[in-house]
Amino acid sequence: MSDVVIKVENLGKQYRLGSVGTGTVSHDLNRWWYKVRGKEDPYLKIGDVNDRTQRGESDLVWALKDINFEVRQGDVLGIIGKNGAGKSTLLKILSRVTGPTLGNIKVRGRIASLLEVGTGFHPELTGRENIFLNGAILGMTKNEIKSKFDEIVDFSGVERYIDTPVKRYSSGMYVRLAFAVAAHLEPEILIVDEVLAVGDAEFQRKCLGKMKDVSGQGRTVLFVSHNLQAVSNLCNTGIVLKNGRVETYGNIEDCVKSYIISSRNTTLINVSNSNRLKRTNGNVIFEEVKAVKNNEECWEFNYDEDICVNIKVKVQVEVDDLSFYLAIKNPFSGEIISNFKLVISDKKLEIEDCLSFSVIIPFKTIRPGQYALYFALGDAGTKIFYDVVDENVNLPILNINPVSMDVHENSGFVTLPIKIQY
Amino acid sequence: MQTEEHWDLIIKPKNKWYQLDLAAIWRYRDLLMLLVRRDFVSVYKQTILGPLWFLIQPVLTAITFTFIFGSVAKISTDSNPPILFYMAGITLWSYFSDCLTKTSNTFIANASVFGKVYFPRLIIPLSVLVSNLIKLGIQFLIFVVIWIYFYSTTNQVNPHWNLMWLLPLLIFIMAGLGFGFGILISSLTTKYRDLTFLVGFGVQLLMYASSVVIPISGMSDKVKFVMLLNPLTSIIETFKYIFLGSGFYDKGWLFYSFSFMGLLIMISVIIFNKVEKSFMDTV
Repeated sequence: MSDVVIKVENLGKQYRLGSVGTGTVSHDLNRWWYKVRGKEDPYLKIGDVNDRTQRGESDLVWALKDINFEVRQGDVLGIIGKNGAGKSTLLKILSRVTGPTLGNIKVRGRIASLLEVGTGFHPELTGRENIFLNGAILGMTKNEIKSKFDEIVDFSGVERYIDTPVKRYSSGMYVRLAFAVAAHLEPEILIVDEVLAVGDAEFQRKCLGKMKDVSGQGRTVLFVSHNLQAVSNLCNTGIVLKNGRVETYGNIEDCVKSYIISSRNTTLINVSNSNRLKRTNGNVIFEEVKAVKNNEECWEFNYDEDICVNIKVKVQVEVDDLSFYLAIKNPFSGEIISNFKLVISDKKLEIEDCLSFSVIIPFKTIRPGQYALYFALGDAGTKIFYDVVDENVNLPILNINPVSMDVHENSGFVTLPIKIQY
Repeated sequence: MQTEEHWDLIIKPKNKWYQLDLAAIWRYRDLLMLLVRRDFVSVYKQTILGPLWFLIQPVLTAITFTFIFGSVAKISTDSNPPILFYMAGITLWSYFSDCLTKTSNTFIANASVFGKVYFPRLIIPLSVLVSNLIKLGIQFLIFVVIWIYFYSTTNQVNPHWNLMWLLPLLIFIMAGLGFGFGILISSLTTKYRDLTFLVGFGVQLLMYASSVVIPISGMSDKVKFVMLLNPLTSIIETFKYIFLGSGFYDKGWLFYSFSFMGLLIMISVIIFNKVEKSFMDTV
């Protein structure tokens, strides 16, 4: 398989938490003492899984562990994962900013990495001078930059300011110029970290277009982003990282799917109330939000099954009335596809009152696919929210599986009661 | 089946200690020149006198030295005009000290760039050597002007014309020493910053131990020997010997300085290489 351009083998990276000070000298001395005697580094054996939220035993953590994958010529690989999953560490090692603790990476071809735009820009220098400096830092030669200079200026759209020191630029202009330089790199392998989150909408489109061009030319791109839509548009293969390990590796749709499902795969019980109550007043709260099938919790339904969600609410503070609100959203973009609202009680509710009911979404109304659900409790006018439960508090994603191969039946989001009259 | 696999680059936990990729440095030569340009252009932007400051600094220092060491402390200047004597010392010395202090914070000062892009890290200290070379050139020019003035008006200046060819070598050794000490300190301070506090102070002390202000001619043989163990001493003395006719010149000691530089660079490049890999985690 000669078309493999990047091969990552057993890669691991260990970090030490806490600050460097006199305390760390003893670690270093100990490490050195083991090395002198020809023994293995004792600290490589320990180290926790990198989970930010839990207090670990050791102050050594593995930001990455046992990473194995290959990238082929022309692949556009999307790397996704939550904050702290190890994405940036992986990119840093690939771009040789920092070394791995274990394992190795084999590379064929020239790598250019874009972990940040405008690296090395000097505020006192003019736009023109900075294009050359930044280009050279990114690995271009002076002649390469010269030949692309006009293109870069054109792409950035800051022609008028090109001989002004960049410290006088607006932040938008600064970023546009910086990205323009980076976009004109021509390496065999390009590594991009979330740089698209800059500039206005028009410029972002331009950047995405440029990235598409690059991958269209058969060059290999590694791309990290939280923008799942951009990832699924641009990439053909993907890796999902979780706590420093590869969770899914393969085709991009599978990766995005598994990421969406895994990142919200906890039930309401695990979520502390304080987290939810930041946004709401908590007068009435959800005790339970549970999709059920055959009396068991299940968030996966077939297209031809009724969807049933059991809800239990409890009154914490006396309220005058209560309404229930449900929205069905696109998990990628967050757009509301459909919603539903009902006043459940127009009478006063006393403290400790409990209500249980089931929400039924009739079969064949929501098309096959994944949906994020949003449940809310409020007053009758829904001006005040009592409690909200959605994917931000780890509500699982609703999965509707297709029952036929009919392309028409499987596309779109909802079924409308459309009729034909003669 | 994959016996003849060829990889352009293998990223491993550790570099081999002797691995010095000169080809990569050569490939990035444009970056080096652009960094030199940046240093030169950016320092005196928004000043009225601009590059003239390169001239004013050493002249003011020489005048101060003339006043303090010459007039107040009455330290011998080997029967040379004091201002010329001090200028001679300062010109080469300041090249060394500038190179040293600027390269000694290579890692810390450039952490933000190093953390985002890879290029051969040695480019940065090398660019410091070159941009200070420009400064040295300007200062050397003033020295020459003053030197010509005293040479034509007095008979206190007796240059050794036949040794003029040594000048590039002296500058080369100075550059090498500044570079070597600089990257050594830089590598040692990424994790434990203690050494940075010593640099400013140490450079100051080293100046007095390098016969910049105190010529070794008046010292006893024992003290002279100790002074010459400092590789900078014989360089500055040789410089004075060539241009002023005073000073001290000995091939052996010059060779000592040269070898010292070679060894220093070897050791410090090895350490620099080692640190380069992991410094982003510790800086």
